[in-house]
Amino acid sequence: MTSDIAAILAIDGIATGAVYALVAIGTVLIFTVTRVIFIPFGDIAAFTALTLAALDAKRFPGTGALVVILACLATLIEIVSLMRAGELRLLPRALFFYLALPLAVVGLAWVTMRADPPLAVRLVLALMLITPIAPLLDRIVFRPIADGTVLLLLTVSVALHFALVGLGLLFFGPEGVRTEPLTSLSTEFAGVLVSGQTMLIVIAALVFSGLLYLFFDFTLVGKSLRATAVNRTGSRLMGIRPARAGTIAYLLGSLMAGVSGILIAPVNTVFYDSGFLIGLKAFVGAIVGGMTSYPGAAIGAVGVGILESFASFESSALKDVIVFSLLIPILIWRSLASLHSEEEIEE
Amino acid sequence: MSEMFSMTDVTVCYDNVEAVRNVSLSVEEGQIVTVIGPNGAGKTTLLMAVIGLLASRGRMVFQGNDIGKMSVEDRVERRLCLVPEKRELFSDMSVADNLLLGSYSLRDRSGVQKTLDEVYDRFPRLKERQRQAAGTLSGGERQMLALGRALMAKPKLLMLDEPSLGLAPLIVREIFRTIASLRDLGVSILLVEQNARAALETADYGYVLETGEIVQSGPAKDLIHDPRLITAYLGGH
Repeated sequence: MTSDIAAILAIDGIATGAVYALVAIGTVLIFTVTRVIFIPFGDIAAFTALTLAALDAKRFPGTGALVVILACLATLIEIVSLMRAGELRLLPRALFFYLALPLAVVGLAWVTMRADPPLAVRLVLALMLITPIAPLLDRIVFRPIADGTVLLLLTVSVALHFALVGLGLLFFGPEGVRTEPLTSLSTEFAGVLVSGQTMLIVIAALVFSGLLYLFFDFTLVGKSLRATAVNRTGSRLMGIRPARAGTIAYLLGSLMAGVSGILIAPVNTVFYDSGFLIGLKAFVGAIVGGMTSYPGAAIGAVGVGILESFASFESSALKDVIVFSLLIPILIWRSLASLHSEEEIEE
Repeated sequence: MSEMFSMTDVTVCYDNVEAVRNVSLSVEEGQIVTVIGPNGAGKTTLLMAVIGLLASRGRMVFQGNDIGKMSVEDRVERRLCLVPEKRELFSDMSVADNLLLGSYSLRDRSGVQKTLDEVYDRFPRLKERQRQAAGTLSGGERQMLALGRALMAKPKLLMLDEPSLGLAPLIVREIFRTIASLRDLGVSILLVEQNARAALETADYGYVLETGEIVQSGPAKDLIHDPRLITAYLGGH
């Protein structure tokens, strides 16, 4: 391998890793706040790419129907649980958040789409359509079992992923899509031609990580999310509702997954089931950070991207095997490094 | 004085075992009420039920509203606050962030800075360490932070679970002085303590809880001279 090829592979790897980093950060966010390892995260990223492709082709995406169905289901469950708790006075609020708001988003997308909007608007529409999915799934699937063990939540999460892949096939069809590049610019960096799309991916990852950092460090809502992650009982005693913190975490997380989906769509062909590998590789990155550290997750994800890039050059067929084999030494290292955690919890 | 909080015939069960049985007590506005009793009497369970972390049977009224079925968060929004035995601080976060989160339940954010300044005046040590992570504080400082964080919510009824637990005698005295001074703020306090003497010296009224039931109650100044309590809890002299 010459140094030129190594540089190309490294830059390519960093770009792929930046996409994984966004998903990994979202995975850590949702895990720390809700204890759910949200496996369908990659599916959300893939669905965003498919949504954008449908909008580009002037077709109304299947995401709309998916959001409507999930909204109706979530509203129904919310009404039943409010009735059981004798809290029907909260009904208008529930109808607004679980029914009116998601339907309004779909309606707005449908109306806007007919006006043949420019690319920037289509990007916003795709993100708007995708963000309600994870919070609605949270209400339908995870909230009733919120006090379950991490293992139970993970098992349900895996099942949910398979359900979503099935729904993806139903709503988007079996065809793969590749969207137009968001920019045609390119520049030379250290003697290697770097495409504008690659730069955009890295810049977007940096910007969104930075925004998240500002959100967590400088806003009360951000701090309340961190508090829920650090100490659930303590945060409840401050009046922070875990369910609400969870919804915000899912909203933010799906926004990040959505952005990564948009960024990856012009580079890779995305199918209804492409999300699994994206999510799994981001998960490997998140594990490097111990599922709790955002910088750790981002660094791990970029590492996975670079490794994947070099592995695919050496042996394209084995690249996924090489990446996932990485998980074994990392897990051994993490389990050795966290020997003291149980004692700390006892305290 | 009007009644701030009362519970009538409250029973709390842990896996079908009644940890607290038919307990009735009340706290008047601006009053410090203490519940003393041996380890395992059900004192912590009682406070957990009042804040809503444990389900209970019976009637609980706070400022005229039945709070028995409310969620923890709804009770906190009505300014019922608990400083738990384990403090439950946000150990990775700074002292300042812990205090700020104490005010999370307040809708009116205009007075938050003023309350923060008051807490720093009360606990200058916290101001010195405001950027430090809560997990790095000493035991006494952690208790001060837990108290300060609760005060940030401008509580109407403040419940303290074993505030002196595991602290050096000098710091215990400081903590009890602070608790007594809160009376001037008009805060009602429900204090649960194993250190019966310090608790009764600070409180206006006391209840004695043994194996989940109230066995004695009365003004704190009377209880402190009660021969039975002196033998059982106050060091036998």
